[in-house]
Amino acid sequence: MDFGGINPVILIATLMASAVPILLAALGETVVERAGVLNLGVEGMMVIGALGGFVVAVQTGSPVLGFIGGAVAGAALSLIFALLTQAFLANQVATGLALTLFGLGVSSLGGQGYNGIKPPPTGQLLPDALADLPVVGPIVFGHDWVVYFSIAMTAVLWWVLKSTRIGLIIRAVGESHEAAHALGYKVNRIRLGCIAFGGAMAGMGGAYVSLARVPQWVDGITAGAGWIALAIVVFASWKPWRVLIGAYLFGGITVLQLNLQVAGSGIPVEYLSMAPYLITILVLVIMSAGRKANGAPAALGQNFHASR
Amino acid sequence: MLRFEKRPTPSRFWLYATPPAAVILTMIAGGTLFAAMGKAPLEVIRTIFWDPIFGEFAFYLRGQLLVKAGPLILIAIGLALGFRAGIWNIGAEGQYIMGAIFGASVGLAVFPTESRWIFPVMVVAGAFGGWVWAMIPAILKTRFNTNEILVSLMLVYVAETILAKASTGFLKNPEGMGFPGSRNFSSYPAARNDFIYEPLGLHWGGVAALVTAVLAFILLTRHQVGFQIRLAGQAPRAARFHGINPARLVVLCMGISGALAGMAGLFEVTGPAGQISIDFNTGYGFTAIIVAFLGRLNPLGIVLAGFLMALTYVGGEMASTNLGLPDAAIQVFQGMLLFFLLAVDVLTNYRFRLALGAL
Repeated sequence: MDFGGINPVILIATLMASAVPILLAALGETVVERAGVLNLGVEGMMVIGALGGFVVAVQTGSPVLGFIGGAVAGAALSLIFALLTQAFLANQVATGLALTLFGLGVSSLGGQGYNGIKPPPTGQLLPDALADLPVVGPIVFGHDWVVYFSIAMTAVLWWVLKSTRIGLIIRAVGESHEAAHALGYKVNRIRLGCIAFGGAMAGMGGAYVSLARVPQWVDGITAGAGWIALAIVVFASWKPWRVLIGAYLFGGITVLQLNLQVAGSGIPVEYLSMAPYLITILVLVIMSAGRKANGAPAALGQNFHASR
Repeated sequence: MLRFEKRPTPSRFWLYATPPAAVILTMIAGGTLFAAMGKAPLEVIRTIFWDPIFGEFAFYLRGQLLVKAGPLILIAIGLALGFRAGIWNIGAEGQYIMGAIFGASVGLAVFPTESRWIFPVMVVAGAFGGWVWAMIPAILKTRFNTNEILVSLMLVYVAETILAKASTGFLKNPEGMGFPGSRNFSSYPAARNDFIYEPLGLHWGGVAALVTAVLAFILLTRHQVGFQIRLAGQAPRAARFHGINPARLVVLCMGISGALAGMAGLFEVTGPAGQISIDFNTGYGFTAIIVAFLGRLNPLGIVLAGFLMALTYVGGEMASTNLGLPDAAIQVFQGMLLFFLLAVDVLTNYRFRLALGAL
């Protein structure tokens, strides 16, 4: 069952795995933006997470600890952003950009000496008996644990944001920080927590790139995935399940263009590799056209300073 | 407990004092980082900040300062105009690449014709290339309300793939024996961006940067458009009542910054870089963002900030060859500078108050 050298079952199975980094990062950013904070440093947090995860996994030999290490590294970097925007009230756009520049620098500095090493493999979670089933095997049972984790996180965040008290508080802070403050919520502390969570998710997404997707350490390994994650949040209108759809869509395009490169479709490689970026732009246009607010949290990007 | 209190008007003292304060804090933090890497911190700081101006090889390195500062200043001024108006063009790197490709294509198309008009036409083509690349996010923003930050950034990656295609495909040197990269402009006098005065490192890009700084300063402080830019940034609602058309401003600011970045790319590729190659771009488009903020989004401040940032490049190269400091350390150093600047900047609009007891 091949179409021009591309097997659709394998394609779906690979796109689910290739979407994990942007899915995790975009889910984290969704929470951050729902709390009214625009953190443009996703790319920086991902690349730091990619390095942190890689180093921990190589040193300890445990990929699980690696993912935790990546999450910690991402969260640690995000705390710089939290400190600057929440305590020092710095411009969120500028600080986010600084975070990306800084993260790329720190990761390439810290990654020296880790080139060309293979990390411990992250194997499939379920036994071969299930994964070898036709069609459903590769798609449903053949993945490593992070793929299932990312889907589970989508469900958890959907539920938390929609039907729990914490979710309500986060949304209140993001829609109207003045009102939330008047109700007695510590706006900046809640935002700090969300930023750290977003950093951890981005870091873990980055770790998946260096531990499972590539898997090795290269400078600037995330190659714009953080920016695509930011675009997906807009595409998804700040809703977790739509983030999943968006991430799978982009994962699909990435896998498809890689497959087309291998299959030798006659389209020059350069034009294929720019496809994910061009399609991101196209989707942004479609999602933004004609609507003024398109569901963005009302206080997005605004700093809060309690004057009373 | 310490708390912030909003100042009724921004402090003029801190407006000018924040950049030097941030530089000093960065030197301290950077010195700590270098010490942690096992380098003598004071020696590294001296190599970066002192030796290029007063050291043994200063006669050569001083010239390098303007060579590096030129493109940074040119790009940062364009970005600053947009940032002032609340328009975030983050994709200057892409506009820089496209400017270089457009301009170089024009020059290479007429190779080996000799005419004094070739270089000026290439500069215009470079500016046009950057302008076209910036118009994509601008038009998408005004027509479809698309986020210009994300679009302009995505276009950097697109521009990089076009650059790869240019240097291995349509602009590849036919006499290059199969190596990637275009013809070298140093052997094509009519299209070469030569030094006007070599000891100062002055080439046409440097001239353009300094002239643009003066023009931009006049535009911002003395011209109606400058007033509109500042008003739109500081009070968007008031700007609408004033009858300022936000869409026009987006197209204008993005267009200027794109054209300037494109010009910078052309000057670089015909001068210091010499040819279109896969990696001739060295991240000036991103570093210029730091320069714009360090210069307080003020054209004259940006000139100073551009030289300071050029110093970290030139000094960083020295530190890398003499002391074995990795290049990435300089990138970290530049990132830190922006962090400290943003942090110290709180003092411009707020003041510390020691609040005892009741909180």
